[in-house]
Amino acid sequence: MLYREAGDFSTTYPEDSQTFPIKFDRWRYYAVLFIAIFVIPFVINDYWVNSIFMPFLIYAIAAIGLNILVGYCGQVSLGTGGFMAVGAYACYKLMTAFPDVSMIFHVLLAGLITAGVGVIFGLPSLRIKGFYLAVATLAAQFFLVWLFNRVSWFYNYSASGQINAPEREVLGVLITGPNTEAWATYLFCLFFTIASAIIARNLTRGSIGRQWMAIRDMDIAAEIIGVNPLKAKLTAFAVSSFFVGISGALFFAVYLGAVEVGEVFGITKSFLVLFMIIIGGLGSIFGSFAGAAFLVLLPVLLKVIGVDLFGWPTDIVAHLNLVVVGGLIVIFLIAEPHGLAQLWRVAKEKLRLWPFPH
Amino acid sequence: MPEQLLFTIEVFLNGLMAGVLYALVALGFVLIYKASGIFNFAQGVMALFAAMTLYGIMNGQVPFAHLINAIFSTEIHYFGWNVPALAAIVLTMGVMVLFSWLVQRYIFRYLVGQEPIILFMATIGLAYFLEGVGDLMWGSDIKTLEVGLPQGGNFWIEDNTRWLGFGNEEFYGFFIDSLDIVASVVAAVLVLGLVLFAQYTKQGRAMRAVADDHQAALSVGVSLNFIWILVWSLAGFVALVAGIMWGAKSGVQFSLSLIALKALPVLMLGGFTSIPGAIVGGLIIGVGEKLFEFLIGLPYLGGATENWFAYMLALIFLLFRPQGLFGEKIIERV
Repeated sequence: MLYREAGDFSTTYPEDSQTFPIKFDRWRYYAVLFIAIFVIPFVINDYWVNSIFMPFLIYAIAAIGLNILVGYCGQVSLGTGGFMAVGAYACYKLMTAFPDVSMIFHVLLAGLITAGVGVIFGLPSLRIKGFYLAVATLAAQFFLVWLFNRVSWFYNYSASGQINAPEREVLGVLITGPNTEAWATYLFCLFFTIASAIIARNLTRGSIGRQWMAIRDMDIAAEIIGVNPLKAKLTAFAVSSFFVGISGALFFAVYLGAVEVGEVFGITKSFLVLFMIIIGGLGSIFGSFAGAAFLVLLPVLLKVIGVDLFGWPTDIVAHLNLVVVGGLIVIFLIAEPHGLAQLWRVAKEKLRLWPFPH
Repeated sequence: MPEQLLFTIEVFLNGLMAGVLYALVALGFVLIYKASGIFNFAQGVMALFAAMTLYGIMNGQVPFAHLINAIFSTEIHYFGWNVPALAAIVLTMGVMVLFSWLVQRYIFRYLVGQEPIILFMATIGLAYFLEGVGDLMWGSDIKTLEVGLPQGGNFWIEDNTRWLGFGNEEFYGFFIDSLDIVASVVAAVLVLGLVLFAQYTKQGRAMRAVADDHQAALSVGVSLNFIWILVWSLAGFVALVAGIMWGAKSGVQFSLSLIALKALPVLMLGGFTSIPGAIVGGLIIGVGEKLFEFLIGLPYLGGATENWFAYMLALIFLLFRPQGLFGEKIIERV
């Protein structure tokens, strides 16, 4: 039978505490990785990469980052767009200042810089909570976007105020700029997505993740049992911003190539990522992927059905998209507050008992 | 008087007027938050939706015309009649009451007792939904709302303050928008009306009882359902007024819904539970951001500081007083 733990014996502690304790799950995970790394790069073309895979992978990183902050540590943030902008502009400045360094380091450094900015804007969380904090993070969102718009040093004094990604390589393969190959950009993003997911998953399973969850569930009680709120909250902000910064850097350098900050990293981006983790599931790494996939695919699907099939004007489809997304958020919060991840969990529970449910 | 001082005073007065408009939006938030503990993010979109509906009814637009045309390949846009402004306002109010009932019946009835942050996110979803519905219903083009409100600067004030310049050539008297003055008067009347309603009517008492303690109110026979619909309708009314004012000022368009975001720092300054707090907070934010832009933003920082100043002010303020100016003290128990 599929999906059983029967006959799957763990003989060592690492085996017992691995991420996927059930054999079937483990093999499914390896299969997904195998397909993602060794099959998809050979079959995709530009359309698939640009309209589905790349946004999915990049938003998944952002969703993982925000999920650490909101889902695991309980600090609601509406500043994701601003932090993504920090990642993008940090990456741009690094790319233009050090053209010979590999893009991997630029993206990682951009993440680190964003983590620093995130800690600064996370400081108020020590004193204000709940949606007071959510509004306080709006300060980060609007201030950062304004800053990147006004201070011309950030966009290297270009006349248009835009930032454009110059051509950069990793291991001799073009990653950024207009002449990239579909498989190269895909694999570059995939590398960061897989690494982020593994790091995030293991962080949330460890001591620091438990501290975050204790703070989320009740911060005063957590403080009494010895969790240091300063450390827990600030690390959550730092780690979260790190991932968000990476996704912002990739979003700018690899995916879009040219960015006008107010348009791309505005408040709607913050909401979009927040919606991803609500629909996907708060406090779940799988949920971040599910939510990102859902909200990336939904507009594409609606567009295919509405515009291509029925021939409706695009603006109507765009409005319908708003209605569907808004409606789904409400439905999910009413029917399944833990999102797609919870549906998946319930399905797995059912599958374990199938076909004899008692 | 030196002209710099006079201009500063003028900026100050205009800030006050802008603050009144912020307060108007913030008022809708406070009403719902007090009675049901829901932080209604959709307030700004409600204002937008109300203004769009008002425009649509006044001009006899067919609701969902674009959608109907797209599905059935027809060409209908207008009924071909015009409704007078006052009747249209009444009809729009009817739509807002219906909306309140729907929201209560189909969304928040199922979310009673959930955590505040879940309710908050539900209202974000509601905001998106309503925005999409509004665009589908009335089209997303920019509309100019004409309900007979005065436009342009007020000449009387300009003429009668010119002497303050003492013959200074640069100074022509204070420039204040007539619409802002009307808005301030309307806001004052609205607040007075709401306070009287809450203090002296049966429903108002019930409303305050619900705000105080849901269960106690329920046990003495107050219908929670009715009160919540009432409160949402009142918020819808405030949204309608705000929508008319902002719509007449800058056109009915998407950016109208963003004033909801501006109302958030206003609320944080004033405290979520206080009607006077919303007014005072609105005035502080309005004056603060205009003065900051005039004195520091434009000369030193390159302008457009209005985008973020309100949030920064609220953020810094909250660090010292987390419950806002007039909010109830936050007591946490384990």
